[in-house]
Amino acid sequence: MTSLWRKAKNHGFTALAGLACLVALVPLVSTTTFVVSKGAPALSWQFLTGTITSADDPASGIGPAIVGTLVLVLVAVVIGLPIGIAGGLWLAEHGRGRVGYAFRLAVDAMAATPSIVVGIFVYSVVVLAQRHFSALAGGLALAFMIVPVVVRTTEVALRAVPDPLREAGVALGATQTRTLFRVTLPAARKGVVTGSILATARVAGETAPLLFTVAYWQAWAYGLDKPIAALPTFIFNSIQQPAERAQQQAWGAALLLFVLVFGANVIVRLVTRARSPRP
Amino acid sequence: MALVALLVTLAFAAVLGVLFSRSTDALAHAGWGFLTGSTWDPVAGAYGAWPFVFGTLFTSFLALLLALPIGIAVALFLTELSPRWLATPLGVLIELLAGVPSLVFGMWGVFYLAPLLRKPVEPWLAKHVAPIFHFLGGLLMPLPLLGPTLGVWLDVLFTGPKIGLGFLLAGVVLAIMIVPTIVAISRDALLAVPRLEREAAHALGATRWEVARNALRSAKTGVFAAGTLGLGRALGETIAVTLVIGNVAVALPKLFSPGQTLASTIPAQLPEASEPVFVSALIALGLVLFALTLLVNLGARLVIERPWRKRA
Repeated sequence: MTSLWRKAKNHGFTALAGLACLVALVPLVSTTTFVVSKGAPALSWQFLTGTITSADDPASGIGPAIVGTLVLVLVAVVIGLPIGIAGGLWLAEHGRGRVGYAFRLAVDAMAATPSIVVGIFVYSVVVLAQRHFSALAGGLALAFMIVPVVVRTTEVALRAVPDPLREAGVALGATQTRTLFRVTLPAARKGVVTGSILATARVAGETAPLLFTVAYWQAWAYGLDKPIAALPTFIFNSIQQPAERAQQQAWGAALLLFVLVFGANVIVRLVTRARSPRP
Repeated sequence: MALVALLVTLAFAAVLGVLFSRSTDALAHAGWGFLTGSTWDPVAGAYGAWPFVFGTLFTSFLALLLALPIGIAVALFLTELSPRWLATPLGVLIELLAGVPSLVFGMWGVFYLAPLLRKPVEPWLAKHVAPIFHFLGGLLMPLPLLGPTLGVWLDVLFTGPKIGLGFLLAGVVLAIMIVPTIVAISRDALLAVPRLEREAAHALGATRWEVARNALRSAKTGVFAAGTLGLGRALGETIAVTLVIGNVAVALPKLFSPGQTLASTIPAQLPEASEPVFVSALIALGLVLFALTLLVNLGARLVIERPWRKRA
């Protein structure tokens, strides 16, 4: 009798947990189908390459926003990745003491910093000082968000490299630094690259850090020190307009952004074939 | 590399310093009333941020309440209960949920979820669930201390203009956004439970579920960390909340009422802020939000690491 009850409980809770998985997956399926069905009709060559004008201009498109997002992400990558990877290297190789603990604390706090706070920080430091919005300010804000993620993933990837490999490098007469760059880092390459791509994809879709650093801009990119258009700011602006075509354009751009960010995630998971480990 | 580590730490300290120095105007202007005052009227020079603090806490805890049970259940299913062939693809799909930009979640919330809440969900809850909470609130009201406040809160919980946009929608969207965080960290915690412990339970004749429950008990610190990190994410989420919350300052826990949070106020008002004190007050909102997330994260760290307990 008791055993029957326990068996029933076993099946009941297993079913309940399975149900929770289904519930968690509903939003994924729903957002995907919704953004595709709303956005697909807006897509056309004209839409992807045209300049941003008013919503009722049939020739208008989102070309500058696409270019702008690529420029912003590039700036963020150029600034953020080297800093993030270097930070991760330091943590993995030297970060065992008190100083390492303090740095890890700072990185954790940085990772937990809300994106809007990063935005108004860069706004306070760069935009208020320069008295104008700029692509550089936006790229800096995004770089700030890349760094903590890359530091952590780099550290984890390097920690996973077995010590005998390092020892072999040193035993062959290589210096510590040479071992790090020629042995340890190549061995951890996959983890570092994966982390970097995921961090980059994440910030490519961020809106809050851009609102007050690049603001809303329509023209083609014409300099890092100048304001720049971007997909998230374009979408955020258009979706809040009552005109039907403006909203259509917002959905079209949102689909593109979704494909960009979500696609990067899918590709990384497929390529690395990240297996869910089981005990 | 050490230089870079120093630089990053300094950059983080700079955020705190800069936000604070830019906030001093507003903080000097409003004093402690900045946190406790409930009137936010920049034209009249009144800066009371309590409704925003309230909205942030209300939506975030609502999200945690919805996401934590689901997240833990998913983590348990993935690590302990599901058939092995199902665990990997399911885990990848849940992780992909984190790959949806928050802007897309916000737009989906406004154009897909809000109409659903407006039509069947909110009226149904108002009709069938609200009376229960009205009754419970009535029971609490005569009690001393927090009784009256809690009583009123329960009484108004399932009320509001029922327009779809508002606290409930924000809570639901935030919950969806923090589920992957909670799953990932709970799953790591469950995986860290020694294999021997599981085998021992199995050997004693425990069912799969009983083994899972034991593992969950051993992993409770990690699950706590998952909850706090999820909460931290919810507190600071900006764009999705700005789109779905309706942007009206409300300091009562009415689920069907539009509201406002610390994070959502900044993009809603900074473009119109011309007075230096107004700009400073909005930056001060960012400072309060930053302090709140730091508090949650450091608090969680203290509980998890217990530095006051001597290590062997």
